[in-house]
Amino acid sequence: MSVLVGKETRVVGQGITGNFGSLHANKNIEYGTNYVAAVTPGKGGQQFNGKFPIFNTVHEAVEKEGANTSVIFVPPPFAADGILEAIDAGIELIICITEGIPVKDMAIVKDALKKAPGTRLIGPNCPGIMTPGICNIGIMPGYIARPGKIGVVSRSGTLTYEAMFQVTERGYGQSTCIGIGGDPINGTNHTDALKLFNEDPDTEAIIMIGEIGGTAEEEAAAYAKEFVKKPVAAFIAGTTAPPGRRMGHAGAIVSGGSGTAEAKIAALQAAGIAVSPTPSEIAETLFSIYTP
Amino acid sequence: MNIHEFQAKELFADFGVPVSKGVSVKSADQIDNALQQLPAGPVVVKAQIHAGGRGKGTFTDGFKGGVHICDDTKSAAETAKKMLGNTLVTHQTGPEGKVVKTIYLVDVCDIEKEYYLAITLDRASGCPGIIASTEGGVEIETVADESPEKITKVLVDPAQGLQPFHKRQVAFGLGFSDKAQLKQMDALLTGLYQFYWEKDASMVEVNPLVTTPDGNIVALDAKVGFDESAMYRHPDILALRDLDEEDPKEVEAGKHGLSYIALDGNIACLVNGAGLAMATMDIIKHFGGNPANFLDVGGGASEEDVTEAFKIILSDPKVKGILVNIFGGIMSCKVIATGIIAAAQNVEITVPLVVRLEGNEVAEGKKLLDESGLCLISADSLSDAARKVVTEVSNKQA
Repeated sequence: MSVLVGKETRVVGQGITGNFGSLHANKNIEYGTNYVAAVTPGKGGQQFNGKFPIFNTVHEAVEKEGANTSVIFVPPPFAADGILEAIDAGIELIICITEGIPVKDMAIVKDALKKAPGTRLIGPNCPGIMTPGICNIGIMPGYIARPGKIGVVSRSGTLTYEAMFQVTERGYGQSTCIGIGGDPINGTNHTDALKLFNEDPDTEAIIMIGEIGGTAEEEAAAYAKEFVKKPVAAFIAGTTAPPGRRMGHAGAIVSGGSGTAEAKIAALQAAGIAVSPTPSEIAETLFSIYTP
Repeated sequence: MNIHEFQAKELFADFGVPVSKGVSVKSADQIDNALQQLPAGPVVVKAQIHAGGRGKGTFTDGFKGGVHICDDTKSAAETAKKMLGNTLVTHQTGPEGKVVKTIYLVDVCDIEKEYYLAITLDRASGCPGIIASTEGGVEIETVADESPEKITKVLVDPAQGLQPFHKRQVAFGLGFSDKAQLKQMDALLTGLYQFYWEKDASMVEVNPLVTTPDGNIVALDAKVGFDESAMYRHPDILALRDLDEEDPKEVEAGKHGLSYIALDGNIACLVNGAGLAMATMDIIKHFGGNPANFLDVGGGASEEDVTEAFKIILSDPKVKGILVNIFGGIMSCKVIATGIIAAAQNVEITVPLVVRLEGNEVAEGKKLLDESGLCLISADSLSDAARKVVTEVSNKQA
């Protein structure tokens, strides 16, 4: 079992006819992910590598191929439009990989999501989502995961890989890994992911990776304290980040004394969450409070 | 991306936000002409650098204050000449300070009361938020800590845009009741929000916003930042970027699509992925070292990227050791190792180099590094790598 993606997932790839998108879509397909359509405006009527049809609109992919999940590799100036189109077409789960979408465009998207309760967005600026052994949507390397019972949620791509790898190396596996992305406005936040993992009977423990900027980790800590009985281990990146600077991710910034790693770590610890002192010990920290 | 106060004020004026009359000068011979354009009377002389605390700053030659109120044009001209080309140190510039290349000469505005007004993204809701306070001239964080009841916060639905009721909430929240002033606030907020929204600003801060004895409302200061991801659609704003205000290493990195931020330590890091790059800095600190930079070479970590990254890192004379930390996800560690070897051969590396590779085909990648003949130290894990680089650097200094 898993959250959000599984055997019923039918993926439409928006912008997967470009180099980057097609590389990763093909890797996802090799992994066993069920891609049923592609959407590239102007290429409607063609086939994607002879495997499935390309449409001009997401609506057609939903009507003709029953797509229920979309992955977006569209370049930043057009990505928000791609998300809005997927929302309008009634897609249930949208995964947006694109980095560098203007904040204003995402504010409009966030507003549209509030009015479309049937749709969930993951990302943008994220590595995607994977249920090991079944479904891998996005750019996560499949081989670092194996099926298991640990849910992983993270704002950072490579730190997600670190955590997954550490778990896998010790002979255990993941239920689902969710990259929620490094932007200041995202579709799914830490609290949403904790809620999903908490309710998933086959997730036994949770790894949550955060970083400086915003207060999403503090909110998740409050939620975990009240509702989550499963063991949770966390890591927060950016203890040494200078204030007022964006550390690579658009959302990773300490501004006006808010969003510091110290505040996040303190909130997590106060909620009874085990915080790893270094990025090297994330799995170790989880296994110190959880015996699989 | 930040811009100077004088540029922000010009944009404010374009959007109908009232500002006091001001003229910017870049050389001493422009000063007299500029002062003639201002109304007679006292003049404020303001050094233009991208850092706060200008008023309380000190120039490296001992001249105090980057903001002066001068009684007449003669003393204004003298003050401006002392500031131009001089280096101003404030609590935000670091000890090296910033060279003042532009002076903003502004007509003095009589103040009755000071307020604070800003528009920025409210991350929790994903909506633009207007923040206003009756405590002007004070940092908003201080007000939030000490007297949060003085702050009015209004969230704007981005699809609806700014509505009259939002503007009333702000104006009444600041305690305005005079009809003419409410009308002025309405127009000012319309202009400010329109500017924030249309130009993809990330932050617009007016501190202080003031009322004058004759009842007018004026934006006395302006601090504006823009969303870099949106600058492709604002060439007019991008033209206002002042590269002199940025670290030359960061500018160079940006040209190559690398994300680099200079820090004050001596252990350089070269990492793929922003989160991992931050975490690498943290683990260096954890083991007693000091990171010299944040550097994300991107997911691919190609030979060209790594070469450029090495060049930028090594242009910092403080650097006494380098930690390369790459998690090869999709890309093979063999490809990454080949890139590191080629880059290390292109650039002369004279400090200890510790490499930690993990991921796809890691054994083959490590073998390539070991057989390269390069003087590098291979590490088995991120902890191991951080420990090794910290030890190398402290041994060298001992």
